[in-house]
Amino acid sequence: MRTSRGRTLAEKVWEEHVVRRSPGEPDLLYIDLHLIHEVTSPQAFDGLRLAGRKVRRPDLTLATEDHNVPTLDIDKPIADPVSRTQVETLRRNCEEFGIRLHPLGDADQGIVHIIGPQLGLTQPGMTIVCGDSHTSTHGAFGALAFGIGTSEVEHVLATQSLPQSKPKTMAVTVDGTLPEGVTPKDVVLALIAKVGTGGGQGHIVEYRGEAIRSMSMEGRMTVCNMSIEFGAKAGMVAPDATTFDYLEGRPHAPKGKQWQEALDYWQSLTTDPDAEFDREVHLDASSLSPFVTWGTNPAQGVPLDGVVPDPSEFDDPTTRASAERALAYMDLKPGTPMREIRVDTVFLGSCTNGRIEDLRAAADVIRGRKVAQGVRMLVVPGSARVRLQAEHEGLDVIFKEAGAEWRGAGCSMCLGMNPDQLAPGERSASTSNRNFEGRQGKGGRTHLVSPLVAAATAVTGHLASPADL
Amino acid sequence: MEKFTVHTGKAMPLRRSDVDTDQIIPAVYLKRVTRTGFGDGLFAAWRSDPSFPLNRPEYRGASILVAGPNFGTGSSREHAVWALQDAGFRVVISSRFGDIFRGNAGKAGLLAAVVDQKVVERLWDVVEQEPATPVTVDLDQRLVIAGEGPDQVRESFDIDDYTRWRLREGLDDIGITLSHVELIDAFEARRSSLKPTTVRPATT
Repeated sequence: MRTSRGRTLAEKVWEEHVVRRSPGEPDLLYIDLHLIHEVTSPQAFDGLRLAGRKVRRPDLTLATEDHNVPTLDIDKPIADPVSRTQVETLRRNCEEFGIRLHPLGDADQGIVHIIGPQLGLTQPGMTIVCGDSHTSTHGAFGALAFGIGTSEVEHVLATQSLPQSKPKTMAVTVDGTLPEGVTPKDVVLALIAKVGTGGGQGHIVEYRGEAIRSMSMEGRMTVCNMSIEFGAKAGMVAPDATTFDYLEGRPHAPKGKQWQEALDYWQSLTTDPDAEFDREVHLDASSLSPFVTWGTNPAQGVPLDGVVPDPSEFDDPTTRASAERALAYMDLKPGTPMREIRVDTVFLGSCTNGRIEDLRAAADVIRGRKVAQGVRMLVVPGSARVRLQAEHEGLDVIFKEAGAEWRGAGCSMCLGMNPDQLAPGERSASTSNRNFEGRQGKGGRTHLVSPLVAAATAVTGHLASPADL
Repeated sequence: MEKFTVHTGKAMPLRRSDVDTDQIIPAVYLKRVTRTGFGDGLFAAWRSDPSFPLNRPEYRGASILVAGPNFGTGSSREHAVWALQDAGFRVVISSRFGDIFRGNAGKAGLLAAVVDQKVVERLWDVVEQEPATPVTVDLDQRLVIAGEGPDQVRESFDIDDYTRWRLREGLDDIGITLSHVELIDAFEARRSSLKPTTVRPATT
């Protein structure tokens, strides 16, 4: 980060957390909240045991089961013995080291990036880490949040801190107003297509502008969530009244006199007018339309109105080779209108789009309609509480009456680690975050879409928007 | 962690860009609770193709992977690093790495060396023409050397000073940080009491 007269939001939060600074070394940052789950933590706990170390701050650590848990028969023991061992290992580790855990079946179980905000644990100005790349989600609150590997998980468990080299800063400004039917997911997919998978590498991104300010907290989380898909270290939105309204009254939000004190602090968390970013990108919200991917990385996307591109149109040989490979894997021909692509499966869920507003938006489209013949639609709420809330509003009935499957909470088909997977050659429209080869199951083909496009696609059987119905 | 100074071995070309960590090791292989045994899942989806370099006898025993740009993007899974190490790799060379992968590599003792894409192309050419060419990666001098004569590749690579120092000394990050534990204590003593804890609130 550059030093200018003013400071960016990212720089303010960073500076407040520096435990140790020494020339030629990364800063040692204090970590306010460490979220853990079953897949990236077992080896970290083993490391602690081997070295005879304790968890320094179990009271700043929270665990849940999400990546590798089933979404069916959740009241029964996990059928796959290897998965069961992994989940049981987390339970044993949490018990041994005194860490609060929300296990499968608990009212607060769910995808780690959904339950943090839901509990009010994610607050402005915090540093938050998790052994999961989509930790950037929490940046929607003006927190500095990023994904780490298992060695770093062990480091945070042992020291509640992490050595980190200071990234550069990047501003993504989305001016104007989003047209009807264009969602935060479309904004971030369009952004990634514009800057490429490495476009944010080494930068903390701050999302700004009228379109971001107009988004709900859940919409901002969707945008921040996918910061990693263009390589950014983290994504942030400066907190405002929308943030404070979301937080007030949540279980871990400050109360009474402390609420006012916290508010005073949170309101200081903005980028100074004279601060400078290392890089700036602008997007005009009014020019955006529903966006979908055609390839095997999240930057390979086009508007739904567009066609599958011809690799020969790409000048850069690496980009061209990547597009050729992607089309072969996706079994798509250049020039095919995106709307003509038929799908077998629609997946509504994930830490990107598995919150209550996503489910409401999709249910509004599905209401009174049927999932097309031959299409399987999986609706996987992001957390047990999202599921309960949806059932309270009758959304489950809408989905079930349309022929969709109503499941338990977890990461599910977003990463295809549990039994929710695509079969080889199957094609999905998915509200998740990655269309990598085999991501949703070996040989599976993924088109990333918004919840609105997912719902309309489920009804028509081909990529579609609600306006097409 | 094993010290890394100079390594010489066979190199395997991977002529692909954007090899994300799901390609390096798919999620279904992440269920083990140990750090070992992940080599079986390395590049799992591509292993059924006999022409894939990992299946070709001439690259058997390779310990240096030369990959296209944006290697190791995507998921934070350190299992990607462990899988490469389990399969015998000590070094990955690319023009650009995913940040989390590069960090994980540095922690686990896998050298992630950054070179210009032109250097990657030359290395690919050398080891495709003559797979047995010994490739030397010298962390002391930050040099990668392959082949001999006029076509020899002798280029410097980038790695940050701190990671280089840790790899050369074989140092464990946690040990380094705990040598400054009094600074963590002091930070906690002045840390705002407004910050939340995960202790269950009385009402829920």
